[in-house]
Amino acid sequence: MAYPESLKRLIKKVEETRPERIKRKQANEEFPALSLEERTKVLNAFHPDVKEEGRREIAVGPNKGYRICHEMVNLLEARSRVNPEKVDLSKVDYEADVLVIGGGGAGTAAALLAQENGAKVIIATKLRHGDANTMMAEGGIQAATKGWKDSPYYHYLDVIGGGHFTNIPELVETLVTEAPDVIRWLLDLGCNFSKYPDGTLQTMHGGGTCRKRMHFAADITGAEMMRTVRDEARNRVEDITVIEFSPAVELILNDKGHCAGALLYNMETAEYIVVKAKAVVMATGGSGRLHIQNFMTTNHYGATADGIVMGYRAGVPICFLHTVQYHPTGVIFPEQAEGILITEKFRGAGANLVNIEGNQFVFEREPRDVEAACIIRQCVEVGKGVPTPTGKFGVWLDSPMLDQMFGKGYVKKEFPGKHILFSRFGIDIGEEPMLIYPTLHYQNGGLEFQKDGSTKLPGLYVAGEVGGGIHGENRLMGNSLLDIMVFGRISGRNAAQYALNNAQEGKLTLEHAVNYNKELDEAGIETDRIAPMLLPDYTLEHVKAKQLSVKYEGSLR
Amino acid sequence: MSDQGTLALEEETPKVEAKLIPVYIMGKKYEVPESLTIMKAMEYAGYKFIRGAGCRGGICGACGTVYRLPGDYHIRVGLACQTVVVPNMYLTQIPFFPANRAVYNWKDLKGEAEEVYKVYPELFRCLACNACSKVCPMDIPVMDYIAAIKRGDLEKAAEISFDCIQCGLCATRCMGELAQYHIAQMVRRIRGKFLTPPSEHCEKQVEAIKSGYYNQYLDELKALGALDPKAMDKVTAEIKKLKTLYNERQMEPDTAEDDWTPESDYALLK
Repeated sequence: MAYPESLKRLIKKVEETRPERIKRKQANEEFPALSLEERTKVLNAFHPDVKEEGRREIAVGPNKGYRICHEMVNLLEARSRVNPEKVDLSKVDYEADVLVIGGGGAGTAAALLAQENGAKVIIATKLRHGDANTMMAEGGIQAATKGWKDSPYYHYLDVIGGGHFTNIPELVETLVTEAPDVIRWLLDLGCNFSKYPDGTLQTMHGGGTCRKRMHFAADITGAEMMRTVRDEARNRVEDITVIEFSPAVELILNDKGHCAGALLYNMETAEYIVVKAKAVVMATGGSGRLHIQNFMTTNHYGATADGIVMGYRAGVPICFLHTVQYHPTGVIFPEQAEGILITEKFRGAGANLVNIEGNQFVFEREPRDVEAACIIRQCVEVGKGVPTPTGKFGVWLDSPMLDQMFGKGYVKKEFPGKHILFSRFGIDIGEEPMLIYPTLHYQNGGLEFQKDGSTKLPGLYVAGEVGGGIHGENRLMGNSLLDIMVFGRISGRNAAQYALNNAQEGKLTLEHAVNYNKELDEAGIETDRIAPMLLPDYTLEHVKAKQLSVKYEGSLR
Repeated sequence: MSDQGTLALEEETPKVEAKLIPVYIMGKKYEVPESLTIMKAMEYAGYKFIRGAGCRGGICGACGTVYRLPGDYHIRVGLACQTVVVPNMYLTQIPFFPANRAVYNWKDLKGEAEEVYKVYPELFRCLACNACSKVCPMDIPVMDYIAAIKRGDLEKAAEISFDCIQCGLCATRCMGELAQYHIAQMVRRIRGKFLTPPSEHCEKQVEAIKSGYYNQYLDELKALGALDPKAMDKVTAEIKKLKTLYNERQMEPDTAEDDWTPESDYALLK
């Protein structure tokens, strides 16, 4: 494979400017950062969120009138996958104290803490346990563990500044004060964060951070964290049951108005399964596979906003979904790797972003949304993007400069995952730069919740990407791996306590789903859309034309 | 210039001009565009993944694929989401294998190799045949880390096995019926907790936070509130103060050593 001639020629320009850029980097001369006013200007002009044709107002539910992207509104203005009146709720298939919906980092952390607090737990997951966005997160997890130069105070400032000052203060406070304990907890579970020989944790900068507080495990931090908590959950097999390939499609309430479980769909047998629980933790993750505005995505196969749909139908309000996070650096070439995330850690370590002329055009550690908007501006308005053989544009991420600054083999050692990935395509990223463009990455907002993990619906707790408010309008790198662990643990603990002390038994009901469908009728929504989506539909037209007798329920056969 | 915001791709629709090549999916022949990954080729052919697809980014281990090429008896391996199809590829996925994962009590461990041997006695049925290393899609020399564990070098085993995505392919080929990836996972956790020096600065911060040391500083910031996204221009004096604090915070230089200290020790541990 390798880079074609046309790109190899352009790489020479990057090589020409590199020595000068290295000199500047080593002298701590950065490309000037944008002022707050300049940030606002570039965001308003170039960030994909501002495209008015891409949004409309939701017609029903707690946030009626809220103007968000079509792809999400389509799911909220959709009917249940199964007619709620057809489900026999008297036949309960599984019972637990706490049902955790979602088997990623947040869900697994919640399960562990719920179990430690006396609960019998079921984790219902759509794919395999661990096949989640957590597994793919690379760069690191922020925590103010170094008291001589950092504290939750500075972490708080970074979080709220990155979020355009819209974040919910109590959620930010919880995030930053619980952070060092999350690191301690993970270390105690045997998580292999990179350390110096004396035991000090290695930390780096991320976009928008004022102190180097991003902890990491080589370049597979999320995977290392996920593997660790998943392994521990598997040890507690007496109390934690994992049901795979069985996503939830509807929350079940009871006639006391409490959340009392969920209806699962076994994707392999097409059966619907009733799970009764005294408390539920919603940890369904993100929504990248909605491909908002046709953007490629970094997200896993199952990221389809299921939790938003289920929570909204049950009356839980949503927030901060008017912005979505586009990761500035997704691979744009070679095609096979399109959308794959290239960690911010490259820029944190010192690699430049350069245009077709080999020149810098942006401070590499602006917050993500500003960085993404600047890259889009460079390609679309300034016209100095690098053309790819597939007819798209990108900019260079100059990884070879790291090898030149820190010694040959640095990139291979510090970023083994990406080194292997590109080597499969005949590209050595210690020698040649990567071609990148913004990619749909993170759902900044989601279901509204309190700092104890609880929502408006008694018995329903939230953890991880599905929740909204912590990051305001824009999340900083390293705060998602933190968010899932902080609120995974808090929700798990509190869900267990609720289940054992406060839960009220009652008759199971799907009345809320019946009413929601009615609300759609009354709003005049005529559609055969159903939600949650569960999996994106990648079946091509030429195949569908021959599927003469199959019936699609949404995107599933 | 086209607005590349809506550029992306017809991600899953390959270009019409792409040349079609034959591949055999579980023995059945399909014609697929030559530039696609195995995963996208299977979707092109009409398969819809329930099993066998996860992160689609090379790290979760859901899509382990085994294949051969024509006229060649060698078994080759790759991840369906990363591996590009070649003509006449003869493939299958192995999305699940009932490998043995022993349950152990983490809190009881002292970090000794014997604790691994106890729950995975089959470790010593390893014949050093190397079939596992040959089938690893992450190019991990699996046999080498098993050997390291057998001789009690858990540090080495953790290092060698670090990139393991737990696809399970190694276990499918093992003559001794080991589940190498489960054993390595236990070893890596032991290494993380017992074989690295403790991170005392982290403990210190946790204690300080518990003692309430930082409460006043955080209360100070919380009192400044936040902007309402529906009214971004309603900038109160408090928000102005918050923005000022944000703009004036000192940035640790990229090239600073770990023991760097800022000019102001405000809100820091003294």
